[in-house]
Amino acid sequence: MIVDAKNYDYTEINKIIRESAEERFEFKNVLGQRYLGAGTSGKEMIIEGTPGNALGAYLNGSKIIVHGNAQDAIGDTMNDGAIIVHGNCGDTTGYAMRSGEIYVQGNAGYRVGIHMKSYENLYPIIVIGGKVGDFLGEYQAGGIIIVFGIGIEGCPVGSFCGTGMHGGEMFIRSETAPEGLPKQVCCAEATDEEKLSIRHYAERFVKHFGGSADELLASRFWKLTPNSASPYKQLYVNN
Amino acid sequence: MINVAINFMNPLFEVLRNPDKCIKCRVCERQCANEVHKYDAELDKMISDETNCVDCQRCVCLCPTHAIKIKPNENKFRENGNWSQQIMDEVYKQAGSGGVLLSAMGTPKDYPVYWDKILLNASQVTNPPIDPLREPMETKTFLGKKNQKITYDENGKAHYEKTPYLELDVPIMFSAMSFGSISKNAHESLARAATELGTYYNTGEGGLHEDFYKYGKNTICQVASGRFGVFKGYLDAGAAIEIKMGQGAKPGIGGHLPGMKINDEISKTRMIPKGTDAISPAPHHDIYSIEDLRQLVFSLKEATNWEKPVIVKIAAVHNVAAIASGVARSGADIIAIDGFRGGTGAAPTRIRDNVGIPIELALASVDARLRDEGIRNDVSVVVGGSVRSAADVVKAIALGADACYIASSALLALGCHLCRSCNTGKCNWGIATQRADLVKRLNPEIGYQRLVNLVTAWDHEIKEMMGGMGINSIEALRGNRLMLRGVGLNQKELDILGIQHAGE
Repeated sequence: MIVDAKNYDYTEINKIIRESAEERFEFKNVLGQRYLGAGTSGKEMIIEGTPGNALGAYLNGSKIIVHGNAQDAIGDTMNDGAIIVHGNCGDTTGYAMRSGEIYVQGNAGYRVGIHMKSYENLYPIIVIGGKVGDFLGEYQAGGIIIVFGIGIEGCPVGSFCGTGMHGGEMFIRSETAPEGLPKQVCCAEATDEEKLSIRHYAERFVKHFGGSADELLASRFWKLTPNSASPYKQLYVNN
Repeated sequence: MINVAINFMNPLFEVLRNPDKCIKCRVCERQCANEVHKYDAELDKMISDETNCVDCQRCVCLCPTHAIKIKPNENKFRENGNWSQQIMDEVYKQAGSGGVLLSAMGTPKDYPVYWDKILLNASQVTNPPIDPLREPMETKTFLGKKNQKITYDENGKAHYEKTPYLELDVPIMFSAMSFGSISKNAHESLARAATELGTYYNTGEGGLHEDFYKYGKNTICQVASGRFGVFKGYLDAGAAIEIKMGQGAKPGIGGHLPGMKINDEISKTRMIPKGTDAISPAPHHDIYSIEDLRQLVFSLKEATNWEKPVIVKIAAVHNVAAIASGVARSGADIIAIDGFRGGTGAAPTRIRDNVGIPIELALASVDARLRDEGIRNDVSVVVGGSVRSAADVVKAIALGADACYIASSALLALGCHLCRSCNTGKCNWGIATQRADLVKRLNPEIGYQRLVNLVTAWDHEIKEMMGGMGINSIEALRGNRLMLRGVGLNQKELDILGIQHAGE
């Protein structure tokens, strides 16, 4: 179904998605409508324009492709599915995401992957092509965050990366390691074997946006992991 | 040797065992998860290690010959008006561990309880009281937006926007307690009681156990900053969604369920791996403004097809009235306000005992502010944070609340003796624990019946107090501050509560 979103607000668009028997939608002229595809499963949405905040919140298996930039909180508490952004996106990308994949061609804002977590066979993946702002992977509890830093000078992550991290992994493609990491994060250059573990996602990234996975993976990567499964155990005394 | 001496913590309690009554049946030993009681075969008698006693009264209640008493330890440090034993003990604990002091349940400190300084009115002579045993009394409560715009078409048919709401047979709901902080049997008791009472219980931020989806229409599903167990099926399961912004016992503080408590079932319900820490950050990191809150409210409404009311729960803090005004404008249908005496499974002692304000004052100022701004009907107000009796409920409703949240009193109904040791995970009453041998001590069949008894009794008391005032519908009591008088309150307190002093 092809829908010109120009004269629709978000409730109307989401109603179309929910109530239509069709599974594939193309929305043209999207401009700031929020919550598109929230909580849906089994749908495919191709969005042209700029969707508003909380795109694909609580997404439960649908696939969303954005030709344009996305804004804040895409994939908030996403449980399954995929969001592919041919452009940049804003803050808190993939907040508390539990599974599914988010691919962003360009840059992303602050707090990407905050509190993302994994559970059994649910394993969330965020791949950012460009650079990200401060607090990447804050409180990360599971899953993988990959930042390729394509075309970026220096390390493509901001300050306070991994603050409160207590699970999962981050891979940063950079000649130099991220600076000023908090105590609870271990940072080491990724081995060839470790790089192999993200090859699948690099291949998907280049399939979406072009480029060469071999070339990307030939560079240096830094792997960030929490240095303890329970970093706060010693913090308290019973009173 | 010196280290042993310096680390020794003076036991808080003494175990008194009457040797004439003790039959050495060792029930106390089996019942105490803190391992206070032990049988000494050589001496052929029961002995006690009082350092571990938390005064939960389990042994006292189960001793078949009533041979045990727990009393405060008479061995005290030298008396000092400034340095109480409690404060000294806390210094010793921190010097020994370097840790943040962690406590459980509501603050035990002697702060004013305004409920106890408010008196209710009753009818005499000119407007007769109503006997609830003989005459119909209405305590049914609806929570949600009260739409005021009604239009009529040419056929005289009324049209108005209908927004989702909650319908309560009693103006009392069970407040948020997560599966994790309390046991599965405790959750089952609450869920079944809410169903039978025609009210709601609240999952807390720990997700919803698969066995309890069947109680969904009496369940409020909470979404907190950690988003544990939150997914489409969970949001769809409940009757309403509550966004937890704050908690009265620990305003400004997040949650932290230690990895050791994340067993198989909790792992499954929270949807996190077994044995890992469950950390709820203090803020929602996507919410820095009312506009951001509005985004979360509307994303939840959108994801659930606008079928469910959204509650926003905040802690009672200094600017609560302004905050509540913002929440009312965020699109929330219900505001829940949690006072600083509210309970918790674990909170830093300093936060619990020093942060926030009493619910009575918070409620009065929020209700007044929302009325002043003409937005009182846009939201319902639910209050919790130590509502201990039917009288507290009646006073809260007269101060302007639509309904009350209770939690500590519900736990008392399940056997809690307020020993304030939930954070140790060794609750001898099977409530605040995940140890299978302890959890099974709480029989949900009995637990749910006791909760039903409690709320039914309160409902009857509410009706009696209403009847005494000559009021036969809870709607007529709501915000009816003329029915309240203060005793021993200063003018400022009376002004904030919006009530007159007794005798006026």
